[in-house]
Amino acid sequence: MVQIAATRTAAAQPINTRLLSLAALAVVIAVLPLALTNNFYLDIAILAGFNAIVCVGLNLLIGYAGQISLGHAGFFGIGAYASGILVTTYGWPPIAALLVGALFVGVLAFLLAKPILRLKGHYLAMATLGIGIIVSIVLRTETGLTGGPDGMMVDSFKIFGLELYGEKTWYWVVGVMLFIAVWLSLNLIDSPVGRALRAVHGSEVAAEVVGVDTTRYKVMVFVVSAVFASVAGSLFAHYTGLITPAKADFFKSIELVTMVVFGGMASTFGAVIGAVVLTVLPQALTVFQDYSQIVLGAILMFTMVFMPKGLLPTIEGLIAQRRRA
Amino acid sequence: MTMLANAPIQPEDEPMSPVAHPSQALLRVENLSREFGGVLAIENLSFTVAKGDIHSIIGPNGAGKTTLFNLITGVYKPSGGTVLFDGATVSGLPPYKLAARGMSRTFQNLQIFFNMTAVENVMVGRHLHLNGTLLPALFRFPSLVRKDREAKERAAELMASVGLAKYVDAHASSMPYGALKRLEIARALASEPKLLLLDEPAAGLNATESREIDEVIKKVAASGITVILVEHDMKMVMGISDRITALNYGRKLAEGTPAEVAANPDVVAAYLGTMD
Repeated sequence: MVQIAATRTAAAQPINTRLLSLAALAVVIAVLPLALTNNFYLDIAILAGFNAIVCVGLNLLIGYAGQISLGHAGFFGIGAYASGILVTTYGWPPIAALLVGALFVGVLAFLLAKPILRLKGHYLAMATLGIGIIVSIVLRTETGLTGGPDGMMVDSFKIFGLELYGEKTWYWVVGVMLFIAVWLSLNLIDSPVGRALRAVHGSEVAAEVVGVDTTRYKVMVFVVSAVFASVAGSLFAHYTGLITPAKADFFKSIELVTMVVFGGMASTFGAVIGAVVLTVLPQALTVFQDYSQIVLGAILMFTMVFMPKGLLPTIEGLIAQRRRA
Repeated sequence: MTMLANAPIQPEDEPMSPVAHPSQALLRVENLSREFGGVLAIENLSFTVAKGDIHSIIGPNGAGKTTLFNLITGVYKPSGGTVLFDGATVSGLPPYKLAARGMSRTFQNLQIFFNMTAVENVMVGRHLHLNGTLLPALFRFPSLVRKDREAKERAAELMASVGLAKYVDAHASSMPYGALKRLEIARALASEPKLLLLDEPAAGLNATESREIDEVIKKVAASGITVILVEHDMKMVMGISDRITALNYGRKLAEGTPAEVAANPDVVAAYLGTMD
């Protein structure tokens, strides 16, 4: 009897922490505008939000399933350009363009995933790197469609006769989208699918022998994370109104992976914090002028040396230690 | 060469008629071979495991016991020969499909999901009995949440049944070695297998822990699950096995009841060496 009761409370616990952390996120998103007193600050918050959405998706792949991708900016770029081209050039409704872009990226990721996810470690990194590079080359060279290296202008996002315009509006759009992304991610992790993904990371062979089709789940998470990036890319294109191939290139992919690792692998909120810190930090470091890149590099290096698990898991670990002491 | 010559042999009564075997064979290994870079780790091996038995595989280090496990469970593909499970040919199938047919196993070198809690490890074992599709998980369908809660309760019960009640919410990385060995058994049992393959479940355990594992295995067998056991602890093997197959250099050395195998001069020679 005692035992069953104990199990019950244990089962109830993660739900509570889950709801609590979601509530905390909602509060932060709701209160933050009070501190963001001008459009420059709002703009940085919005960019951090877009990065965070991509990172939450990417963390499912890297942090939870233990697979690497150095090409996710490519999926972000495809989403952005799908919206740019379909809406601005062909006059599609933005929501339709966003969905078609996401569908296209999903199918593309599915087709690519099977052959490349057979690879492990460095080889998987190389293959995904290649995908990103190919996407950015296509965006750069298909001048007729994409505007080439100069990029292209993108019309604003209109839905039900409403036009999303200005930093204030976009802040709320990105805030809601980030909340949804985090919600989906937390749901996924705490489900048979999420456990299968973590099992793939923990021991592929052990997952297989209890009936987990590891290939299927690796493909699934690759597609999901690519679609997250695509949706963020579509919205980003409408927000900035100007997209360039640089948004899809290798450096952007590395930046995204760095955010995930910096914030803390296998931690949804870690990914959000990593994205926010590494979007805000370069702006804050401009006070160092020419040395800002060096300072940023040093901060990254020291964080990873002294907090190899990343920001959030390290802090959580410290708090847990305090509590026990 | 022998491998090729033997490959086409198809007993007339297979594969779709399990009824044809009065002995109620759950697993039949026929002329199985596996080669690694020209070396035969398993050579032309045949044996049968009867339903409900505890069937041990013994042999000196390097005899091919773990390779045999990997061949049976689909982790390796055989170079020749067949494996029949529950009346159907299963050799060449991937492990997750064999798991769906009712086969599960533990590992000689622990394969724990160290990135999860203990109970989550066991819940992964219930994967086949849960909804593993994407959309219900993403949107947290109520049915999925309910089944997950049931799975957690079931997993906690299983952990209690192998003596791990106090570790339910522990993180796997914080558990001692002996407990992890049992966690693997609980995880394998969670898939509700017909056949459980245990690869050295007592390795690295002290005498008391060994005896506890012994009890667990007996309990598993008593619940109707057929067990194949690889173990070096001869006291345990002789005590609980219904049948033993002894291997050496990938070939069958002897087979029979514990008493028969223990008395077999070839087995004694393989373990202790010969005078000449």
